[in-house]
Amino acid sequence: MTDIVATTPGLYPLPDRAKGDLSDLKGHQKHDLIDGEEGSAVTDAYDRVREELVADQREAGLDRIVEGQGRWDDMLAHPLTVHDSVETGGIVRYYDNNNFYRDPQVVGELTATGDVAAELAAAAELLGDDPLQATLPGPYTLAALATDDHYGDEAAFLDAVAELLVGEVEAFPAHETLFLLEPSYVTDPPADDAGERAAEAIDRVAAATDADVVVQTYWEAFEETAYAHLMDADVDAVGFDFVVADREANLECINEYGTKGDVALGLVDGQNTLVEDAETVAERVDWVHDRIPAQTFETTYVTTNTEPFYLPVNRHRAKLSVLAEAAEIAASEEVEA
Amino acid sequence: MSRNPDNREQFRPDDHDNDHFLLTTVVGSYPKPKWLNRARDDYEDGAFGESEWTEATDDASRVITREHEDAGLDTVVDGEMRREEMVEFFAERIDGYEFNGPVKVWGHNYFDKPSVVEDVEYDEPWLVDEFEFVDDVAERPVKVPITGPYTLANWTFNESYDDDEALAYDLADLVNEEVEKLVAAGARYVQIDEPALATTPDDHAIVGECLERIVADIPEEVRIGLHVCYGDYSRVYPEVNEFPIDEIDVELANDEYEQIGVFADGDFRPDLALGVVDAHVADVESVEQIKRNIREGLKVVPPEKLTVSPDCGLKLLPREAAYAKMENMVRAAREVEAELDAGEIGVPAVEDTDAAPADD
Repeated sequence: MTDIVATTPGLYPLPDRAKGDLSDLKGHQKHDLIDGEEGSAVTDAYDRVREELVADQREAGLDRIVEGQGRWDDMLAHPLTVHDSVETGGIVRYYDNNNFYRDPQVVGELTATGDVAAELAAAAELLGDDPLQATLPGPYTLAALATDDHYGDEAAFLDAVAELLVGEVEAFPAHETLFLLEPSYVTDPPADDAGERAAEAIDRVAAATDADVVVQTYWEAFEETAYAHLMDADVDAVGFDFVVADREANLECINEYGTKGDVALGLVDGQNTLVEDAETVAERVDWVHDRIPAQTFETTYVTTNTEPFYLPVNRHRAKLSVLAEAAEIAASEEVEA
Repeated sequence: MSRNPDNREQFRPDDHDNDHFLLTTVVGSYPKPKWLNRARDDYEDGAFGESEWTEATDDASRVITREHEDAGLDTVVDGEMRREEMVEFFAERIDGYEFNGPVKVWGHNYFDKPSVVEDVEYDEPWLVDEFEFVDDVAERPVKVPITGPYTLANWTFNESYDDDEALAYDLADLVNEEVEKLVAAGARYVQIDEPALATTPDDHAIVGECLERIVADIPEEVRIGLHVCYGDYSRVYPEVNEFPIDEIDVELANDEYEQIGVFADGDFRPDLALGVVDAHVADVESVEQIKRNIREGLKVVPPEKLTVSPDCGLKLLPREAAYAKMENMVRAAREVEAELDAGEIGVPAVEDTDAAPADD
């Protein structure tokens, strides 16, 4: 019997009032965005955002609570764009979306900053006994989003990015789960040797925590060799996008190479306002389990496929409730079965 | 196949001094007067009623149209004074859309991305009132920019259609209906804005099919332009040669004509509307600089197929800079025309063709 856990990858849309407050406080231009040294008015505003995002999740009844990453102006590039050894260049497109982030140009040694750890510590204080889930970009994705003007070699750069993330994770407060978001691992998969390096980098970051580690992918299905390499990383679960990625291709990887003891299923669309029916989502959990006959999972995470910051706040909140409800329905059906 | 763009001559002013004629125009949006923004705040707070707000937007439309004429442009717009955002404005007027709230584009820049929740249908005219008002104010011919169906489909949450392609085609039929109404009201120059094509260039065939639907039964004397900005043009050219348009408007000043070679293959079919001033840098280009930029266009097309415009809408610039850019642009075009008349400058597009082997 699998434990069904309702969660999300983090990176939430800012509450509407905070959108206005923060743009008034910070401004609209490139140089106005977060640099890790914001003043007290901005810090206070983000504290309120965090409280609201945590409260939304508790109200919805999610099994893991994320910090919400309201400060991550540059989405998954955030851990670099706040770094002292990084200069922010022009605005560049975020994957195939109508969204943009500042190009992080690494010009010096990357060492952990504690920026993400501080956010999580603040979230942990709000949680009481609720389990905290940490979110980070995976090392392959973070390196792919950046420009290296310092290390000069792809392998050395990936190594440095992984080391930065290891340092961040080591400073985290106690957390139940760590989601490493790795969209680039499937949209722009590592070729040949690079696959082994990428999987090793993920393994190193995962080893820095005792928590369960989920490597979440989205938008595309796995390329077979890259998937095979990832199976060598000691992580607890791989996450698959069952909304927009090629389901059959992902299932083929899973059934061909096996997958980890836990699994994460992106079943609710983080990029469309259409709110799914919880019953339907629960049926899809069953459907995926049925399609992987050779394995039973200790834990099945039910999540949105992508970060939900693309959504307007009302629909984002509605989808949090759908996730919680769907997990509950799926769990009760597990018991009956 | 590109339409036969002989329809540009109708825009040559009666008092045009030169034999050559480089059609000068703009992409569409323009900085709003500060008082219009204050009026909007008052309107949204309820301090202004409907009639006060209408009066304010009419005033702004009148002022900015005249500002375009003062700059000397051959074809003018009102700077889209009644529009706030290029998708929202249309989605508000089309049945089938609903709004749920703002979403992030980057940093603290948001837009009210609409959702399509049922089949889209034509309800009220979108731009006919705007056109009739501006046409009444303007001495010069008026150009009408419309957000294209592909962009309207792509920058929307699609809750209802099987895919964005099906939605884009339905929207294209609505755009066709609107263009028909605009033509009936007297419009002779319509520009379809498709910035989303730059983000997903592999969809050029969908945009081509949308354009076929848009121009169905639209008389050839109506000039149809297509504006595409901020992308890798090599991924949509030469396919745009097959689009049923008279003119394609591109942003190339921004990267200093690095991409001009993409189009200079000797086989460029539609007229080229070339961006010759940067829309996102407040420094005003000199007349000399703009003349050099215009001559980049002559590498692709002969002067009778060259239109001159800014890279993109000017609305993010300070108003003084926007005006100065338009004024310098027109002056530069007129000077290049005079130099062409005098035979002082060459036209590489023509010379290259002449030099081609006879059996080519």
